[in-house]
Amino acid sequence: MANAAMMYGSSLANQGKDMVNKEISRFMSVNKLKYFFAVDTRYVLKKLMILMFPYTHQDWEVRYHRDTPLPPRQDVNAPDLYIPTMAFITYILLAGMALGIQKRFSPEVLGLCASTALVWVVIEVLVMLLSLYLLTVHSDLSTFDLIAYSGYKYVGMIFTVLCGLLFGSDGYFVALAWSSCALMFFIVRSLKMKILPSLSSDSMGTGSSAKPQFRLYITVATAVFQPIIIYWLTSHLIRSSESSCLTTGAKAE
Amino acid sequence: MAFTLYTLIQTAILCTNAVAVLHEERFLSKIGWGVDQGVGGFGDDPGVKAQVLNLIRSVRTVMRVPLIIVNSACIVLLLLFG
Repeated sequence: MANAAMMYGSSLANQGKDMVNKEISRFMSVNKLKYFFAVDTRYVLKKLMILMFPYTHQDWEVRYHRDTPLPPRQDVNAPDLYIPTMAFITYILLAGMALGIQKRFSPEVLGLCASTALVWVVIEVLVMLLSLYLLTVHSDLSTFDLIAYSGYKYVGMIFTVLCGLLFGSDGYFVALAWSSCALMFFIVRSLKMKILPSLSSDSMGTGSSAKPQFRLYITVATAVFQPIIIYWLTSHLIRSSESSCLTTGAKAE
Repeated sequence: MAFTLYTLIQTAILCTNAVAVLHEERFLSKIGWGVDQGVGGFGDDPGVKAQVLNLIRSVRTVMRVPLIIVNSACIVLLLLFG
């Protein structure tokens, strides 16, 4: 009797699982998502080093294998979603810790911080998609690629917040300058490969004079947007720690 | 500027509503953004203006019915919960 009930329950669970899979695969293809999470330790370490110090990296070309891009395990230049996800979660935890140090912590503030950062990512991805569509740039940048590239700034944000917490206001600005330059370089070099060369395949005679300009504008605008957003999302975590230290120091005297 | 997800949804609904209320013959044709003025070039890149007009027209066609549903739901929720 119990055996039959167990088998019935397991068949019901299987049915539910199939239904959920079918519904989800209507919205986004799970295979495409699995490609972005196929990482290993070596890739993550190399990618983090490239994000923080991209000036010595020589070859920025994304390697293909019979028309499909190689997964991140075999190609350092491929975008992935593992690093942005982990960096986003780490950033939220770090923001909570920074606010706790300044005794401004409450669980609602943490949720507010998380949703603010998420909304900025969504806004940036939507603006990029809109500009790529309007200027008819036929690149192979999918939505997940754009999410990946705009999620890489969280690594810079974590580094900046850590330096700000450890070394005060001066360390914060030095780390902000360093990670902004590194991130801008990284974004420009990576997006240049994907957006700009798609022009050379279709030989346009007269219309091409405006096109490379706009594509360059998109790349440069994306790059310039990164430091602004890093400053916007991290300065409120650092600024008051300085002023609170000063006020407590003044009160102690 | 602290955003919540609710702010994002609100922004999306307001922007989509704004695009959907652009009337074809009373407004868009008058300023030269009508349906017949977009399909100029037959090359393989239509240009920015044609893409914008295409986008406006497709938003108006596709989102008309879902916007009715979403707006009604918003009105009911705002009436109930303030």
